[in-house]
Amino acid sequence: MGPDDSRPNPDELLASLLNEEEKSKRGKLKIFFGMCAGVGKTYTMLKAAHTEKEKSCDIIIGYVETHKRIETAGLVKGFEVIPRKTYDYKSTAVQEMDLDAIISRKPQIVLVDELAHTNAPGSRHAKRYQDVLEILDNGINVYTTLNVQHLESRSETVAQITGIIVRETLPDEIFENADEVEVVDLTPDELLHRLSEGKVYTPERSREAIENFFRKGNITALREMALRIVADRVDKQLHDYMQHKRIRGPWKSGLHLLVAIDYHHHSTKLLRWAKNLSYSMGADIQAIYIETLHKLTPREREQLDKNFNLAKQLGIKFRIITNYDIVKAIVDFAQKENVTHIIVGKPRVRNMLSMFRLGNFVKRLIRYSGNIDVYILGSDSQAKDYFKKRVSIPSYTSNIRQYVTVSFFVILSAIICHILEDYIGYQVVSFVLLFLVSILALFFGTGPILLAATLSALIWDYFFIPPQNTLHIEKPLDLLMLIMFFIIALLNGILTSRIRRQEKKIRIREERTQALYQLARELTMASGIDEVSKIAVRYIQKYFNSDYSIILKNDLNQLDNQVPNDVKIKLTENELSIAAWVYKNSVKAGKNTDTLPSTDYTFYPLTGNKDNMGVLAIKHPHPFTQGEEQFWEAFLSQISGKFEREFLRNAARKAYILNESDKLYKTLFNSISHELRIPVATIMGASDTLLSQSYPEETKLKLYSEINTASVRLNRLIENLLNMSRLESGRITPHPDWCDVHDLANKVADNLKQELLPFEFSTVIPANMPLVFIDFGLIEQVLHNLVLNTTQNAPTGTNIRLKFFYDSGSLTIQLMDRGKGFPPSELTLVFNKFYRGKDAKTGGTGLGLSIVKGFTEAHGGTVIAENRQNGGAIFTIKIPVKISDMNQFIRHDE
Amino acid sequence: MTNTGNILIIDDEVQIRRLLEITLSANGYKISEASTGKEGLAAAATGQPVLIVLDLGLPDTDGLDILKKLRDWYQKPIIILSVRNSEEDIIKALDNGANDYLTKPFRTGELLARIRVAIRQSQGIPDQPILEFGSLTIDLPNHSVHKNNEIIKLTSTEFSLLALLAKNEGRVLTHQYILKEVWGMGYIEQTQYLRVFVAQLRKKIEDDPAKPKLLTTESGIGYRFGS
Repeated sequence: MGPDDSRPNPDELLASLLNEEEKSKRGKLKIFFGMCAGVGKTYTMLKAAHTEKEKSCDIIIGYVETHKRIETAGLVKGFEVIPRKTYDYKSTAVQEMDLDAIISRKPQIVLVDELAHTNAPGSRHAKRYQDVLEILDNGINVYTTLNVQHLESRSETVAQITGIIVRETLPDEIFENADEVEVVDLTPDELLHRLSEGKVYTPERSREAIENFFRKGNITALREMALRIVADRVDKQLHDYMQHKRIRGPWKSGLHLLVAIDYHHHSTKLLRWAKNLSYSMGADIQAIYIETLHKLTPREREQLDKNFNLAKQLGIKFRIITNYDIVKAIVDFAQKENVTHIIVGKPRVRNMLSMFRLGNFVKRLIRYSGNIDVYILGSDSQAKDYFKKRVSIPSYTSNIRQYVTVSFFVILSAIICHILEDYIGYQVVSFVLLFLVSILALFFGTGPILLAATLSALIWDYFFIPPQNTLHIEKPLDLLMLIMFFIIALLNGILTSRIRRQEKKIRIREERTQALYQLARELTMASGIDEVSKIAVRYIQKYFNSDYSIILKNDLNQLDNQVPNDVKIKLTENELSIAAWVYKNSVKAGKNTDTLPSTDYTFYPLTGNKDNMGVLAIKHPHPFTQGEEQFWEAFLSQISGKFEREFLRNAARKAYILNESDKLYKTLFNSISHELRIPVATIMGASDTLLSQSYPEETKLKLYSEINTASVRLNRLIENLLNMSRLESGRITPHPDWCDVHDLANKVADNLKQELLPFEFSTVIPANMPLVFIDFGLIEQVLHNLVLNTTQNAPTGTNIRLKFFYDSGSLTIQLMDRGKGFPPSELTLVFNKFYRGKDAKTGGTGLGLSIVKGFTEAHGGTVIAENRQNGGAIFTIKIPVKISDMNQFIRHDE
Repeated sequence: MTNTGNILIIDDEVQIRRLLEITLSANGYKISEASTGKEGLAAAATGQPVLIVLDLGLPDTDGLDILKKLRDWYQKPIIILSVRNSEEDIIKALDNGANDYLTKPFRTGELLARIRVAIRQSQGIPDQPILEFGSLTIDLPNHSVHKNNEIIKLTSTEFSLLALLAKNEGRVLTHQYILKEVWGMGYIEQTQYLRVFVAQLRKKIEDDPAKPKLLTTESGIGYRFGS
């Protein structure tokens, strides 16, 4: 161990800090831990609870089993007890702890007996420890009890010692992460004494128990195990403490275990053993499975999944690596991950070939592993029996049709060869058959190829090798050839089909990698939550092909039952409540999980970096295989990440809009208050003057005229504001009708004739101008504002020209003047709301042109402002329109 | 000016009523007022006005309903004076029997002109066979039109269109109404016909077809004829 190892590893420090932070929000878990039943765990727990209660702590009983022990039952008195919930299971009522009642009661501490208990079907979680975790998540402290045999990593050893298989187990992680563990210890003699006194069980049961389980040897072994676990725990706590306080010390860390598992039951033992080892060594641990060419039978696959689940339960992270060479894969991985110890199972010998191969395996592993320690764990006889019972030859079970097909081909070729035998001789026949077997290997599995090889060898021998029609072979050379023929056919066939399998495996992986890559790309380009859901839906349909539902959160961070588009199924009330639970707890639930498994769907949380984005429910026809699960999880994490980004973007956009609308409000306020007050002031002032005194007729007329001008200006402003608000509210929908642009030009010129008086205004319309299909009123308003704007900005006397023409699907309207034009910097800004040119005359609000833009766009058109080459400004409006040729109607009439 | 007869103003805004009262009285009309639809209906029944100026946004009933109720028995002109300025509202009012429509804010001069035209039309001027508009003469029985004493050749459709417009001088006729009258019910949506023939007609009868004075366009609503 180098000097660096004595320093706290930053990662570990961070992990311990995070752990601390995580823990402070959660409730604390205290476990009363004993070697077996009857040591008084529940009793001790209740005692401790009484002590807390005296300190006026809000402590209640969630679930306590007194087993009719009088001392214990006495202690229950004085506590509030949450009534149990009744489940109907196979027409018997089963009572379980009422999880929701506890959470909504929210005490400081709740007592929950028997942590390893398995809940009745229909409960939310399969196991009570999951209930406890949920209680802890809700910030409630829990006191609970646990026996050593219920720890996953010890259950096997306990079974070996006592001969009783323990079914109710819980992951070691729960125990390891408990905040406090109190050992409830009793010497074996005391325990036996208590038993015989009937303090634990009724007298008959006591006798039975003493004979079966509570033998002194057993109890001693269990006691030692329990005390050792707690000692290890104390050791680890000390280590954590020193790490946390940055105390220099003999750090044990820096040890990394790697356990290589396979698809045999033996691996479970390997995992448990490795876990115990890591525990006592203070090392971290991971597991690895090397996917090879071996085609898994359904049973092997099932066992492999079990092994993976066990690893998960033991808190061992695992990886799957595909490589035809197991040794190389293990060693490569170990070197990459700085593994210090490799743990493998002792290879099992099933036949000559495997003995040769596996012996080699150990040798090679030791040779290549260099300075990495290698542990080889023996397999016990029980495990062997297990295999004898379970291992059949299922890998050769290709279906019947394949066997029939290969037989057919072999026989057919044999017949052809028989016909041709006179020309080619019997030796060439062997090549033909060999060739056939190789070809067949490309299409069929190992079993059929084995048959093809055997069948063709027999046929060759029987029908072709002299003497014919007998299996007897005369010439030694022929015998040799037959043996070689058989071996070559077999090897050839098996190798080919093996390559094919590998190819298939690689292809599936490749396909998945490709799919994920494709998904990532599509997601990068997608924008908007709807689009992301669409992509997710497409991938689910393509790669998982099952019923699904995506439920996303709303702005209030609640699951929104109003599901978005493209959702195939509607969930029931019950399913939605599961979805809500999954969303809240970030844990998958539903079918094939430990939580609420009695539903058709599996619910996965869409977990982003910080929050859950929603829930994805999917109906699997069968449980995921390991490869599929990995693919699915990668898929989910990509989708969730993207959803999160989209949600964040929405939030950012909302904040931006809020900010913008605030700005807009201020601008509006400044601009409008000014624009409204000026004409009102004029009207008030002028009329006031007229009312107060009598003036000469001439003065009066001037004042009247001022009032008139002011009111026109006011009216225009109001008109613009109303139009603007129509635009903003999205209420503008054009109602197009056939329109003669002459009318349009005319109307605009007529309405603005006062304003246009000081200018030379002209309209240009080509003679063959067709009728256009537009909303007359909207476009009139557009042109009105545009022309008015020009009259306000162009110098008096300039030429203003309004030009219409139609070209390839679009109506173009241009308004040009010979004024100063725009400063180049303003060209893109003129259409902005409330934007006013620097040199603009007073009297405008900066609304006119933005309405021009809004109305034009409502019509599907565009408007741009430019400077003309020889001076002046030009506005160009382009609107896609339908047209109608005017002349056809005239001809029709005449 | 001898404008006899009583004009009923149905409008809930005092200021508007006052303005109208001042303006119309100054032009020799007698005025009666109503501030709600109900009052308006009663006043119309008792006062026998020669013309009604009706607001659409009344506090008790929608002006459009009042218009319909009035039209059940009231034959004289009704002019709508409203802040509602959408083409849809205007067309609906005209289709339900309003003679004319003005949006607030309005120019009093314009209102007076519309009132004059409406009253003149309603005074049952016997059908004249020959109509004259400045230099334009329309001889209805003979289907002939003269401009500056020169005959103008019109197609039969053009003539029907011109005759319809001329007979309703000063009144806005909606697109649908014109299409129905000239082309028939089946053509009610065929506004392109109307556009084409109006353009043709303008070329023949207007002094400057680019700036029509006789046949004017009411944006999105219809046409009005008159000098």
